[in-house]
Amino acid sequence: MPDQLVYAMEVTLNGLMTGVLYSLVALGFVLIFKASGVFNYAQGVLALFAALTLVGIQNGQVPFAHMINAMTGGHLTDFGWHIPAVIAILLTGVVMVLLAIVIEKLVLKHLVNQAPIILFMATIGMAYFLEGFGDVMWGADIKTLDVGLPQGINETIEIATERWFGYGFFIDNLDIVATLIAILLVTALTVFSQYSKQGRALRAVADDHQAALSVGISLRFIWILVWSIAGFVALVAGIIWGTKSGVQFSLSLIALKALPVLMLGGFTSIPGAIVGGLIIGVGEKLFEFSIGPMIGGATENWFAYVLALVFLVFRPQGLFGEKIIERV
Amino acid sequence: MKDMNEGYITPDGRQIGGVLMELKNITLKFGGVTAIENISFDIRDGEIRAIIGPNGAGKSSMLNVISGFYIPTEGEVWFKGYKRGPMKPYEIARLGIARTFQNIALFDGMSVLDNIMTGRLTKMKKGLLAQAGWWWTGAAREEYENRDKVERIIDFLEIQNIRKTPVGRLPYGLKKRVELARALAAEPKILLLDEPMAGMNVEEKEDMCRFILDLNDEFGTTIVLIEHDMGVVMDISDRVVVMDYGKKIGDGAPDEVRNNQAVIDAYLGVAHD
Repeated sequence: MPDQLVYAMEVTLNGLMTGVLYSLVALGFVLIFKASGVFNYAQGVLALFAALTLVGIQNGQVPFAHMINAMTGGHLTDFGWHIPAVIAILLTGVVMVLLAIVIEKLVLKHLVNQAPIILFMATIGMAYFLEGFGDVMWGADIKTLDVGLPQGINETIEIATERWFGYGFFIDNLDIVATLIAILLVTALTVFSQYSKQGRALRAVADDHQAALSVGISLRFIWILVWSIAGFVALVAGIIWGTKSGVQFSLSLIALKALPVLMLGGFTSIPGAIVGGLIIGVGEKLFEFSIGPMIGGATENWFAYVLALVFLVFRPQGLFGEKIIERV
Repeated sequence: MKDMNEGYITPDGRQIGGVLMELKNITLKFGGVTAIENISFDIRDGEIRAIIGPNGAGKSSMLNVISGFYIPTEGEVWFKGYKRGPMKPYEIARLGIARTFQNIALFDGMSVLDNIMTGRLTKMKKGLLAQAGWWWTGAAREEYENRDKVERIIDFLEIQNIRKTPVGRLPYGLKKRVELARALAAEPKILLLDEPMAGMNVEEKEDMCRFILDLNDEFGTTIVLIEHDMGVVMDISDRVVVMDYGKKIGDGAPDEVRNNQAVIDAYLGVAHD
């Protein structure tokens, strides 16, 4: 087998794994957009906040330590305990649900019946607030996150590919785990939204608020539910990205990578978020591999956006998005 | 004057019960505009009560007051003998008051079956965690039982063949019927129908009339409906409230209302000879 083809296969595999991570972030957007028609600009920051909280809880950090120290002149840093990863993740989940309740109470409740653009602006505000709040609460330094996910090269694959192609593929264990988690998460969310009564209520609210009220659905409960789920997805994305590249501000920028994924897959489709993520993941890696060297490289920075732009021109509703046809 | 608690017997021999809902001196204002002015009437158990009136008379506003979408500026709503406090529309839906809308409000992205299943939400008690347990916690059984009830309504309204169709693709007349099915799925005490026959052809109207009469007969559902087609209203309703410019100008059996001079003037047009 020619070397180039083998390399391309490795690149494709790696692209698929990266794509899964993009999908994971995009999923959070799709969930909220489907249920409330709001594009949640704060999704990336939500992931950052979740990761910060997780690290903080795990290491027994005192929240608002800097603020407390500045006011009292003390030297608090941590409680001196270390909480097992599973419990820390559960506690962070609780924090994300509380956050959803607070967001509903302080922001969404007051914006019922407002145009989507108003809600969008509100999420921009929330993004900046949460970003600062996370810093104040847990400190602005870069943290490492370790919840026991395996990392490093997967040797089984390396040895197997070495034997087949005479060249060992470099596949990160973390990417494999991330893929499995993403598959689980997507399956769970799909089953939830298609078959459970709350899922049905959620889809109902997305379609028509008035009608939803008339069958006895509390909008308040659904919004809290949706934001909790978005928070949960953000937590999963935060764990994986945080493990990969450390918990730091740039984590919130992965949300930008989700944008082209959404344009490709469609804002309203869960499968769309998955397929869109995979296409972009593979596309940008292969493009960099094949065309990159000819035009000076660094194509990964812009490839996704250009692809999204092309889609906007030819298929604005995305691959799986609902085409809205107005009957006249 | 009929006795408040005794009820009455209709010309076609149906027994109508006592007062189920009473609206006392309802006034509804939007800023300077008075949509409803000091209107009182009652709705009795098992009757078909119509609200008629020219465009802009405040009929839909009245229905919105009953279903809680509007909170009246003044006046009281009594339901089952208790005064109803200010409640959210979804809380009122849970009390057993279901409705349809003038401009059809269905969940377009969902199938007919799913749409009607949302009508059962108030009847399904299993929480979020119980749902995750599915077979283990009995959530599956609950789903099947409710599905059963929905299938019966689907049979009743003769929409078996479109069960799996996304609602957005259905023609207008069928959408109206699905909306009725969804309201019916909640097994309401009072069913509010906002112009159930608007925009339908003669055949569809006849079907809808038949369904309304049948469901009143079979399930004993009390029905409050707004309708423009005078023939239909006079045919199917037991008592009629007539509104004009937010005021009540007539109330009684169809024949009484038909002969009421104020009603003839306001609604059917002043007679010139």
